[in-house]
Amino acid sequence: MSNPLLEIKNLKTSFRIGEEYYAAVDDVSLNVNENEVLAIVGESGSGKSALAFSVMGLHNRAKIEGEINFKGRNIANIPTKEMNKFRGNELSMIFQDPLTALNPLMEVGRQIDEVLILHNKNMPKSKRKKYIIELLERVEIPRPQHVYNQFPHELSGGMRQRVIIAIAIANQPELLIADEPTTALDVTIQAQILDLIRELKDDLGSGVILITHDLGVVAEMADRVAVMYAGEIVEVADVDTLFSDPQHPYTRSLLSSIPLLDDVQDKLHVIHGIVPSLKNLPRTGCRFSSRIPWMDEDVHEENPELSEVSPGHFVRCTCYKHFYFPDENKEEQDHDTTKS
Amino acid sequence: MWKFIVRRLLITSPQIIFLSLLVFVLASFMPGDALTGAIGPDVKAERLAELREELGFNDPWYIQYKDWVAGILQGSLGESFQYKMDVEDLIWQRVINTFWLSLVSVIFIYAIGLPLGILSGRYNDTLLDQLITGYTYIGFATPIFIFGLVALWIFGYILGWFPTGGSVDPGVESGSIEYILSKLQHLLLPGLSIALIGTVSTVQYLRSEIIDTKQKDFILTARAKGASERRVYNRHIFRNSILPIAAFFGYEIINLINGTIFIEQIFSYPGMGQLFLDSIVIRDYTVVTALVLLTGIGAIVGALLSDIILSLVDPRIRIK
Ligand SMILES: Nc1ncnc2c1ncn2[C@@H]1O[C@H](COP(=O)(O)OP(=O)(O)OP(=O)(O)O)[C@@H](O)[C@H]1O
Ligand SMILES: [Mg+2]
Repeated sequence: MSNPLLEIKNLKTSFRIGEEYYAAVDDVSLNVNENEVLAIVGESGSGKSALAFSVMGLHNRAKIEGEINFKGRNIANIPTKEMNKFRGNELSMIFQDPLTALNPLMEVGRQIDEVLILHNKNMPKSKRKKYIIELLERVEIPRPQHVYNQFPHELSGGMRQRVIIAIAIANQPELLIADEPTTALDVTIQAQILDLIRELKDDLGSGVILITHDLGVVAEMADRVAVMYAGEIVEVADVDTLFSDPQHPYTRSLLSSIPLLDDVQDKLHVIHGIVPSLKNLPRTGCRFSSRIPWMDEDVHEENPELSEVSPGHFVRCTCYKHFYFPDENKEEQDHDTTKS
Repeated sequence: MWKFIVRRLLITSPQIIFLSLLVFVLASFMPGDALTGAIGPDVKAERLAELREELGFNDPWYIQYKDWVAGILQGSLGESFQYKMDVEDLIWQRVINTFWLSLVSVIFIYAIGLPLGILSGRYNDTLLDQLITGYTYIGFATPIFIFGLVALWIFGYILGWFPTGGSVDPGVESGSIEYILSKLQHLLLPGLSIALIGTVSTVQYLRSEIIDTKQKDFILTARAKGASERRVYNRHIFRNSILPIAAFFGYEIINLINGTIFIEQIFSYPGMGQLFLDSIVIRDYTVVTALVLLTGIGAIVGALLSDIILSLVDPRIRIK
C-alpha cells in the first residue's frame, strides 16, 4: 500500500494547568488511508477531541509534540498562515453541536461562501452561488434557494448539521474529521446524517476520522477502529475483528456495556468510574488498572506498549490476557494460552 | 419588522402615561404649590384661597391631572415663577444646548470606548489589557463631578486650553463660522469629561463580549474554514460582540442625562441639567416637573431606540 493519507506519529498534546503541562493525547500513532473511515472511540475525557484539534491545528495554547504527516508533509506546529491553506480545503472538520457551530448573524449562504472565497480566489460570485445551491442540494436540504438566505436559527438542528457538512465538503477535502457529528441530534436524524457522511466519503474518496462514543455508529460506519483511553490508544483493529475478538479490558467492557436485543447476555457489565482528569491521570504503568481493581497488580506491564496480536490488530498492556469480569469469578487462563 | 416596531411603540404609551402619573403625584407631594413662591408675602390668606379655587387647586386629583395633561398636549408646561416665562420657552434653548453636549459626549464615548474595548478583549490578560482594565476601574470609582472639577481646574484654569463656562463666547455673531467653532470649543472639555467617565462601561462590556465570543463554537468553525486571524476577528468576533453595544446605545441616553446634570453645573453650561439643579434649589416646581417629565420620556425613548436597533441588527429578533 502507498503512503497513508494521514500518518500520526508519537503525537503528544499537552495543556498547561498552572505551571505544568499535562498530556491529553499521549504518544498516539495512527494512520488514516484514503477512502477509509477510522473511528475513534472512548469515554468522555479520553482525549478524542484533543487529538482531532491537534490534527486541525485548532488548539491555541497547547504544546504539540510528534509528527502529523498529511500527504507526506508534517503539519504539526506549522505557522497558522500555512495551516490555513489546508483547513477548509484539503482538511476539514465537522463539529459536535450544530446549534452553536454556525455564526448566528450570517446567512447560511454566506457562511458556505466564506470557505469558497478563502480557497478559490478566482471563482466569480455567480458561480459560487450556483455551486452553493448545488452543495445544499447535495446535503439534501430542501428548498436550497430559500435556505441560502436564511439564518441558522431558522433551521432545525439536523438542517444546521447539513449546512456544516456542506461547508466541510465544499472544497472536496481529502481528510474529513467528524467529531461526534450526531451526538446532539435525535436518533432518526442521526442515521440520516451518518448516511450522508458515508455517501460523501464514497463520492470523494476521502479519508474520514469519525469520533464517537457510540459503538452502534462504529459498527455501521467504520472500516477500522481505534479505542482511546486516558490519552492513549489501547486497541486498534479493523471493525470486524474489534467486534468479534476484542482484547483490551477497556474495549471488552465498552462492548459488553451495550445491551443486545437478542438477549444472549444475561448481564450487562458496566465498568464503574470515569476517566480521571488530566491532572490526576496515572502517567506510568497501565492507565486502565485503576478501573479494574479486582485484577492482580502483576498482570500489567510496567511500561505497556501496543503489541500486534494479529495482523493489523494492536493491543496495549499484557493485562488483556488475564482479564475477566469481576462477577464471573474465573480467570480466563485459556485465553492466555491461545493468544500468546 | 414593522409589526415589531408598532408593537414596541404600543408598549411605550402606557409607560409614558405611567411616567406622567408618577411625575404628577410626586409634584403634588412637593411642599407648597405654584402660588407659594409666585405671590408676594403681603397677599391676604383669603385672596390666596380664592386664587387657589380659581386655578383649580382644590379640584379632585384626577381633574387636576386631566387639566395638566391637556395643558401639556397643547404645548403648555406651565410658567416658571423664577424666570416669569413659559416653561416651554425657557426649556427649549436649554434642550438644544444639552442636545449638542450629549451628541459630542456620545461621539467621544464611542471614539474612546470601541477601540479600547476591542483591544482589551482581543489581547485579554496582556499588559495592554491590564492597563485598559485599570483605567475602567478608576473610571468606575471616580464620581463624574469630581472628575469634571479636576478637568476644569487643570485644562480650563491652569492651562487655559478651554473656556471655563458658558456655551459660546459672548459677542460672536450667531450662525457664523466663529460661532460654531466657539460652541464646539465650549463643548469639548465638558463632553470629554462625560465621555472619559461614561465610556468605561462600554469598554468593559465590549471587552467581556469579545472574550465571550472568542470561545464560541462558530469561531472554531471559522478557523476550521481556514480564515485568517484577521478575518476571524473582523467578520465574526467583532460583529457579534458589537451587537449588544449597539443595542445599548439607547440606554446610553439615560447615562448621559446623569452625566450632563453634574457637568453642566460644573462648567456653568446653560443646559437642562443646570436648569434642573437651579430650579430645585429655588423651588421652581413647574420647571422641575417639566424637566423630570422630559428626561423620563427621554429615557423611555432611549429604551425604545435600543430595542429597535437590536431588532434591526440581530436577525434572531427580527420578526417578519
Ligand atoms: N484547552 C484545554 N485546556 C486544558 N485541558 C483540556 C483542554 N481541552 C481538553 N482538555 C482536557 O483534556 C482531556 C481530554 O479532553 P477531550 O475534549 O479531548 O475529551 P474527549 O475524548 O473529546 O471527550 P468528549 O467525549 O467529552 O468530547 C480532558 O481531561 C479535558 O479536560
Ligand atoms: Mg470531544
